[in-house]
Amino acid sequence: MESKLTDVVSISDFSRKDIEAVLKEAARMEKMPLSEKAKLLEGKVVASLFFEPSTRTRLSFETAIQTLGGRVIGFSNAKVSSTKKGETLSDTITMVAGYADLIVMRHSIEGAARRAAETSSKPVLNGGDGANQHPTQTLLDLYTIQKQFGKIDGLTIGMLGDLKYGRTVHSLLYALSKFKDVKVRLIAPESLKMPNQMVEETKSTIGIKETENVNEFLPELDVLYVTRIQKERFVDEFEYEQIKNVYILGKEILKSTKKGFRVMHPLPRINEIKTDLDSTDAALYFEQAKNGVPVRQALLNMLKDVKK
Amino acid sequence: MNRDDIRLIPIANGTVLDHLPAGSALKILEILDLEKPEEAVTVAINTESKRSGKKDLVFIEGKELSPEETDKIGLIAAGATVNLIENSKVKKKEEIVMPDHADGLIKCMNPKCISTVENLNSKFSISKKPLKAKCFYCEKQMSESEIFNAIR
Ligand SMILES: [Zn+2]
Repeated sequence: MESKLTDVVSISDFSRKDIEAVLKEAARMEKMPLSEKAKLLEGKVVASLFFEPSTRTRLSFETAIQTLGGRVIGFSNAKVSSTKKGETLSDTITMVAGYADLIVMRHSIEGAARRAAETSSKPVLNGGDGANQHPTQTLLDLYTIQKQFGKIDGLTIGMLGDLKYGRTVHSLLYALSKFKDVKVRLIAPESLKMPNQMVEETKSTIGIKETENVNEFLPELDVLYVTRIQKERFVDEFEYEQIKNVYILGKEILKSTKKGFRVMHPLPRINEIKTDLDSTDAALYFEQAKNGVPVRQALLNMLKDVKK
Repeated sequence: MNRDDIRLIPIANGTVLDHLPAGSALKILEILDLEKPEEAVTVAINTESKRSGKKDLVFIEGKELSPEETDKIGLIAAGATVNLIENSKVKKKEEIVMPDHADGLIKCMNPKCISTVENLNSKFSISKKPLKAKCFYCEKQMSESEIFNAIR
């Protein structure tokens, strides 16, 4: 990597320049012929340590590794790993760093990736650490926006749904604050509003407005980033049922949106985006999921020769 | 140390903590593990101060602060002064500053943090005004009152 980053742990470690370097490399990966790409991780072993299962993230990472010619070792479920026997994370990581050239990991404990990066002699890529960080998701979100609009600066981005607990929207908000003249519209029920601290920390560079009304800002949005509203966040089931049905988007929203408007979603969705939107131009979420592969290829390729 | 500030020094050799924020003295004793001291400890709470209205004072016989103890006090009482007393005279006087890092000084209050789960030595970066401590691992921030409660 051109930057000093030796691991991908948290989007907060990335400057705008770092982010742009990743997006550029991801675009290069998409254009590169398969045969050329397959040499990039030739002879390298990448450990894929999923202490917490996540089929989507794992498949995306492992596809990235294999298309670059790397070999994958690891596990997809902590039950088969040694951690259940009470081994510390740093012991597991030290052992794995002895076999592998790069480590991809996902863990339910917050800060696990930072701990691994501090322990490991090999670069660590965080595929999610509990409610804390999921930097490759944020980078693929940014890549998707960049690819669709040719820029990130100056766009107006709506975030809808569970903004209180949603890790992806928190990281995306911080990442967008590194760009210029971005406007963000936060659309959430009172009980799931973006934490005040995050609004305070980003509002000096982002124009932020908040609302509970889905329709209020629709005409000005370039992107609407939708997140799942999870039932388990609610004490009151009645409140959940009420809110869930207010924040459902279908094709009808396109009557009030501007040309070029796109909908993103980290997937999987439950019912918050109706399937009638899938076949419209506005649906960017499947493309977004696909973009995970070139972004992860880019990161693997940028980190493969890092000396820590 | 002014005669105004401390009318008499009740110790011959040890440490006087002056200009502590009013109400912080008992927490300071807890931090210094002096709730059941072996030597004389004198505490003044809510005394008049020309500089800051009200202040607390702590006089500890036979004690010199370690750098770690000074940093801990710096987290909740930056701007206080520490006076080293020898033979009833002030030998050294220093202002306590807020540390930039609080590694090992407080524990992360996030039960899902790796530092909590694996009982690691904690690492925090400190930002000032308002005081916040950010965990190096889970990135959660602790507010001033949370730091005050977490410090031991
Ligand atoms: Zn923590």
